Order: sequence, then C-alpha cells, then structure tokens
Amino acid sequence: MPIDYVAKRTLQLLLIVFIAVTFNFLIPRMIPGDPVESALQTKIAVSGSVSVDVQAVAAAYRAKFGLDKPLWLQYLNYWGGIFGRDLGVSLVDFPQPVIEKIQSAVPWTLGLLVLSTVISFTLGSILGALLAWPRAPRALHVLVPPFMLLSSVPFFLLAIVLVFTFSVIVPWFPPGGGFDPVSILRFDLTTALDVGYHAVLPALALVLGSVGFWALGMRAMMISILGEDYITFADSKGLPPQRVFLWYGMRNALLPQITSLAIALGSILSGAVLVEAIFNYPGLGGILFTAIAGKDYFVIQGIVLMLIFALALALFVVDLIYPLVDPRIRYQA
Amino acid sequence: MSIATAMAASGRRSFSTAALRGILRSPRMSSSLVAGLVMLGLVVLLALFGPRFVNARLAAVGAVRPSQAPSAQYLLGTDSQGRDMLTIMVLATPQTLRIGLIAGVVGMAIGLSLGLLSGFFGGAVDAVIRVLADSLMTVPGLAIMVIIAASVGHMTVELMGLTVAALAWMHPTRAIRSQVLSIRERSYVSVARANGESELGILFREVMPNLVPYIAASFVGAVSGAILAAVGLEAIGLGPNDVHTLGTTIYWSEKFSAVLRGQWWWWGPPIVAISFIFVGMFLLSSGLDRIANPKLRMRT
Amino acid sequence: MSLDGEREVLRVEDLRVVYETSAGPVRAVDGVSFSLRAGERMGLIGESGSGKTTLGTAIVRLHRPPARIESGRITVDGRDFLDADERAMRQLRMRELALIPQAAMNSLNPVMRIGDQVADGILAHEGKLPRRDIAERVARALAQVGLPASVAERYPHQLSGGQRQRAAMAIATALQPKIIVADEPTSALDVVVQRQVMFTLGRLQAGLHAAVLLIGHDMGLVAQFADTIGVLYAGRLVEQGPVDDILDTPRHPYTRLLIDSLPSLDDKKPLRGIPGLPPSLLNLPPGCPFAPRCPFAFERCRVETPMLQPVGARQLAACHLYPEHSELPPLPSDAELPEVPAVHAEVEAIAP
Repeated sequence: MPIDYVAKRTLQLLLIVFIAVTFNFLIPRMIPGDPVESALQTKIAVSGSVSVDVQAVAAAYRAKFGLDKPLWLQYLNYWGGIFGRDLGVSLVDFPQPVIEKIQSAVPWTLGLLVLSTVISFTLGSILGALLAWPRAPRALHVLVPPFMLLSSVPFFLLAIVLVFTFSVIVPWFPPGGGFDPVSILRFDLTTALDVGYHAVLPALALVLGSVGFWALGMRAMMISILGEDYITFADSKGLPPQRVFLWYGMRNALLPQITSLAIALGSILSGAVLVEAIFNYPGLGGILFTAIAGKDYFVIQGIVLMLIFALALALFVVDLIYPLVDPRIRYQA
Repeated sequence: MSIATAMAASGRRSFSTAALRGILRSPRMSSSLVAGLVMLGLVVLLALFGPRFVNARLAAVGAVRPSQAPSAQYLLGTDSQGRDMLTIMVLATPQTLRIGLIAGVVGMAIGLSLGLLSGFFGGAVDAVIRVLADSLMTVPGLAIMVIIAASVGHMTVELMGLTVAALAWMHPTRAIRSQVLSIRERSYVSVARANGESELGILFREVMPNLVPYIAASFVGAVSGAILAAVGLEAIGLGPNDVHTLGTTIYWSEKFSAVLRGQWWWWGPPIVAISFIFVGMFLLSSGLDRIANPKLRMRT
Repeated sequence: MSLDGEREVLRVEDLRVVYETSAGPVRAVDGVSFSLRAGERMGLIGESGSGKTTLGTAIVRLHRPPARIESGRITVDGRDFLDADERAMRQLRMRELALIPQAAMNSLNPVMRIGDQVADGILAHEGKLPRRDIAERVARALAQVGLPASVAERYPHQLSGGQRQRAAMAIATALQPKIIVADEPTSALDVVVQRQVMFTLGRLQAGLHAAVLLIGHDMGLVAQFADTIGVLYAGRLVEQGPVDDILDTPRHPYTRLLIDSLPSLDDKKPLRGIPGLPPSLLNLPPGCPFAPRCPFAFERCRVETPMLQPVGARQLAACHLYPEHSELPPLPSDAELPEVPAVHAEVEAIAP
C-alpha cells in the first residue's frame, strides 16, 4: 500500500477530528442561554425540591467545570480533557463521568451497526447483482418496487411500524431494550441469545431500510459493467457464466459500491441513532434520548463528539480497504 | 380531486381550462410531475385552510376524553393526554411544512450563492467552498443538528428551520456548482463575454436563467431532506415545545408508550402524513429532474 | 504458402445478421460465405458500416442485442457452431475458436492479474491442474507472444498498449486454437507498435498452424499479413481471392478504387478518393449496393444484385461486368474521379 496514500488519509482523519472538537466546543458557547442552568432547573423541577438556590448551585458547577475562565483557556482545557478521557460529568446522574456512560453504550451501537450494515450491504449487493444478470430467475424482479419504497422510508419510521407489528400485534419480539432487564450480563450463551433476540427488531429496521438502496445501486452498476468489453472477452474464452458474473462482473462493481458505502455511512449512523432511541436500545442513541429528555448537556456533547469520531474512523477504515480491493490504487502504474 | 377543481374551489379563476389543458399536455408534464404536484397541492391546501376549520382548543392537554380509538365523534381518536388527534394533525402539518420551507429557502439561498460563486469564479474561492462543503457532508448530520438544537434554550419553529438549514446547504451548493461549471463553458457565455459583458452581468443574465430548473429540483430535494431531518430531531425530543409538529407528535406518542399500548391512531397518522409528503416530493423532484435534464424526458 | 491438402477448419455459409432498430431491421451482414483451411490467413477488408465488426462478433456468437443472426450456418472443424447448445459452444470456444479483441485495453479485466486471466481459461477447459503446471502453461502462452513470464504477476494498467494487446493474444490462444478471429487488433495503437503486434500475430499463427481471420479497414496492413483477402461492402462479400491476385488485378470496381486510394511511396500521384458515401443499410438501393458510386455502372446494376462468381484463375467477384469481361476495363478518364485537393497541394510541397 502506497505510503503517501495512508499518510494523506491519516492527516484527513486528524483534521476532521480537530474541526469536530473545535465545533463542539464553540457552538454551545455561541448560542445565548445557559445549558447548565436549564439542566439544573429541569432536574430540580423533576425531583421536586423547592428550596434550592439554582443560581448558587449553577455558579458552583460553573466554577467546577471551569466555565468561568477565559475562552482560550477553556478550549485548551477541553482538549486536555479529551486526551485525559475526561468529557465532563453527567448532570442528571451526577457524579457519573460522561465517558463512563459512553463507554458502556459504544459496544451496543457498534454491534448493532456493524451487524446490520454487513447484512444489508452483502444481501443487497448480491440481490442487486442478480437483478442485473439475465440468467437469474425472473421472479426476483418483483422485489424492485418494494425495495424502492422501503429504502425511501426513514429508518426510525420503519422502526415504529416494526415495533407495532411484531411486538404489539403479534408479541414475537421484545419492544425495547438491549437485554432482559432482570438478567445479569455474562459472557455465556443464554446472554448472547438474549441479546440477539433483543437486537432483531432494531437490526431489521436498519436492514429493511437500507437493503433496497444497496440492491438498486449494485444493479445499476452491474448493468453498465455487463456491457463492458472485458465481459465479452471473458465469454469468448468459454468461461462458465457463473465465473464471468462473479469474477469479471461483481468484482468490478464492488469498487463503486464500496464508495457508495463510504458516502452513506453518515446517514446510516444518524439513522441508527434514531432507531436506538425508538427502541430504547442501550447504545449511543438510547443514552442520547435520555440525555435530551433530562437536558444532560455534557452527555449530549460527549455523544456528539463520539459520533463524529466514530464516523471519521469508519471512513478512514473504508479508505484503507479500498486499495485492497482495487489494484489500480494499490499499484500506481 | 383534479387541479382544476381544487383551484376552482379556492376561488382562483386566473387559469382558463383551455390554458390548463395546454399546460398539462406539454411534454414537460410527465406523469410523476403531475402526481407530485397533486399530492403536494392537497397537503398545502390542508395546511393553508385546515386550521380555520378546527377548534385549536381541542389540541390542548385535557380538552377531550383521553385514549379514545377513532370514532364518529373523534375521527382520528384522542391521545392519552386528552387531545383530539384530528385537530393535532391539522395544526401540526403546516408547522412541519413551515420548518421544511424555512430550511429549504435558507439552505437554497446559501447553496445558490455559494454554488454560483464557487462554480463561476473558481480558483481559491472554489477550493475553500468545496472543502468546507465536502467535510461537512462527511460528518454525521444528526450530530451537528443535535448539538445546535440542544444548545438552544427554547426551540421554536423558526429556530428549528435554521438548525436544519445548517445541513441543507451543502448538497445544493455542489449541485449548482457543477451546473454552473458546465454552463460556463457553453457558447452563449463566450458570446456574451466577447460582447463585453461584465462577469457579474454574465452571471445574472446568462447563467442564472438556465439554472432555474436545477434550482427548482434542488429546492424540492432540500425541503424534503429538511423535513426528514426535522422529524428525526423532533422524534428524539429536540423539537419546538410551543407548537405541534408531525415529529413532536411522534415524540409524545413514544413518550407515553402509545406503540406498546396499541394506540396506533396516535403515531399512525403522523407517519402516514410524512410518507405522503415524501412520496409527493419524490415524484415532484423526479418530474423536475426530467425537465432539467431533457435526456431523461424521452423515457417515460 | 501452399494450402493444398489442408483440411477445412471454418466454414461460413450464407450468414445473415440483422439489427432490430426502431427504424426497422438493418441487415448488417447479408449472405456472407467463405471458408478457411488450417493455417490459412484471410483478411477481411471493409470500411465503417460495411458490417465487418458485426461479422466478426457474429461468427464467434458474441453479438449483442439488438443484433440477431437471422440465418446461415457456421461450421467449426466439422461441428455445427450456430445450432450448438450453450455447453457445446463453450467447449468449442478457446479450444478451437479464439477471439482477439479490438482495443485490448478494455478487454482485460482491470482487477485480475494477467497470469490469472490466462489461467482461468485453461482451467475452465481442462479442470484442476497442479499449480506448477499452470504457471508453466501461463509462461509458455506469454512467451508465444514475446512477453516475459514476469508479466503474469502484473495488472493490465501496469502494461503498455502494445503489451496489453499481446497479453490479450496470449490469453486467447493459451489453448492453441485452430481458428483465430482477430477483430482490428491494432486500431488503437500507434504505427510502430502496430507492426510489432502484427509480427507477433504472424508468429503466433505460424507456431500454432492456426487459421486466422483478420478483420480490418487498413488495406495495406491486412494485405501484408493475409494469404487470402475478402472485400466487404454493405454487408456483402464483393470480392475474394489470393492477396497477390487481388492486388495485381482487382476485379471488383470497389476493390480497384480502394487499392488506388492507397498512397504510394514509389510513384508520385495525386491522392484519389472514392466518390460518394457508403450506403445507409436501412435504405439500400435496389440492385448492386455499389452502383451509385461505381464508374462502370450500367442499367443492369441498378436492377439486379450481382452474385459472387468465379473470375480469373482463383478470384471471386460480385459484378455484372463478368463473365463478359475477363478483367476490369481501364478507369474512365481521371477527370471523373475526385481528387482530394488540399492534401494534393501539401504532398506537392513536401515531395516536389
């Protein structure tokens, strides 16, 4: 792999991280209003205590978090915090550190996202390729209109419909959560099955909402590739049609399809977050939902940062996969 | 309900039926364009005139008996807070449209200006704008909007529109820019230049008129994307808290476990309304795409 | 080179290929018949629109819709090729009948190494082979076209244009086919590389003792390579015969004009073109398709379509001048043929 390719991509990654952190830092400070105070007010209102002097408590918080220092100093402290893995403290579940909340949520989101993306990408690409192949059974074409329909519906709306259908009308699947609340999480088979069981509907929402997109994209690409001269030449060698389809057709369509994946990752991530919110899934989306309800500002900020990092990292990984798949990049002529 | 009837019903007589027939028969009117216009037309009519026919007080908490399934009295049932769903829907739809329009207009305004500048002047200006748009496009949109929305103390419809607009300008910028780049090279621009027209003059007199179909198509795309984003934000609780919108209705239904309680009339109508608006916008933008790109016109 | 006693390996009988267009059916190939014996080199010349590419792809049954083989027969080494079912056809491909494509740039799979592209053809026909054997066969196929074995590890984008064309030739001929159809193998290359590729093709043909059908528009190039020439016009063969006979005494007016239009390094003469344009295959005039442009046309030509008939010792020509005449009369006075004026002036300037 060309070294300058890796270097350039790493630089891009660092740049995005830098911009994201700065952005995350500046926005709340540019908008009038004090999130800390309003969070406290919400909390106090919820807990019902009347005799607390909100201003005094807020001032104490601000002093503790250094919000009364000059801007540039706050900025440096913010960076310092990030390197020290300190993203502040939850205002709702005081004094739990934000990083702790996020850490426990990330594996859930990662699992759900990776699982559903892998399934929908693979399934969609294969289906799409078959739709373009004249030798595939004609019956498959009946799938095209529902695919188009499903892929234009936003994930979280699909999620609501799925919960209603498969949790309420027919109680086949749990309506929310990542696992059975009364069980203790262990690394054993029962827990794994339980987790899987709870992941079905959320994953289904994500898969159904995106598989059509992958299929239709792949189909379009395959149609244009099957018209290329190298397909004709491969046929002239008397190669079995399956081989031509896979190694001369799909293999070449994979490259632009991966590019599509990279471009779509941002919206997939956003969609997954919303789906988790609907399902109360204990991933980043779930804790975001709770944090918004409680105006838990630092948690919200931490999650946003994490989402941007996650996407930048994912794009970086996809960029590294690309040369493995396309020899024209791997070996510069 | 045909367009003609709708227009007659709202008292507009500026189109004679003959002229209308002429427009409908022109090759630019593909079936998707017409269908899209009809669907959106219905929604817009509902949004404009609906609120006058409902009693807004029925949408306040505790106004009616809660948790009623749809019946003759309450056509869309009532939610568990004692609000009439039909009233809510009639009040919420225009608000959602407003958010979409505000975001669409602001996003397009920014996108158009930046796209024109970037495409027409090129060089450093183009480079900066392009890098900015591209890097913002790779960041998860939701993240940016969440942080903005959460920082705002009191969210209103207008602020919601502006928040969503923050992410609505990138795509139009790119689209307009590429169109400008191709138009710039065409002969009528060179002729204008040879005639001594100033660059800005060329921009306004030659380039922009040819952009109109693209601007229209981009606008529709921007609005529908904005509505989607807004509904998403509202569904997790970041919506305006002083009015009803389609997304906040979904949020409240989630909060009160309407799904689990089988109260499909609470979250169902907003979803149907959103889908209807989406499909209408999709058809409209396909139709507009065909006008903008004549090569697509021949394949109906 | 004597071809007597060699057996016939390819026979094309009355092939007709039609394009279904929205404006109606277009007959791109209209009753072409010829045969090749083992080791024979035949060149098929035609301008754009003559149907030569359609013919080439149809013979190997790789034509794509809207092209359709309407009728005819193709026999490969005694076996019917047109009516063969898919499996039989695939077996004949590469083993007996190979296609060397135009513009090898686009014919090589960009994501597969050259060696693998050679090997998969071999493996498809011979089943699993030990790795060492495969490597050896690949190296041998590459050597046959003058490429070093190291090319096997490369990807197409790492090779030059000439190397790519030769790699395509190696891939196509790896199983030592008896018939090679080469469809304009040099049209995308510059002159020096063209010569190299043609030389390689010749060497390949000799080594395999294969029959080669070379399709092209460059009379000079084709004539240097071929033993036999066929001239295609508006989808029909209008002349056929040994290359020397055709060059010395062309018997069809079109052939004569084609040869005359070639610039010569020896005599200095004004450049001549052929009047008019190739006919639209959608609206062919009745009678001989060349009649509108022919300096010898007479009444019968505009009514009745001439058939290929033997003329002279070993030629065939489709022209109503025969058998009354034994060869072409002299061309009418030069004033009736168009000169290409501007170029004439430049030629004068360069070589006074």
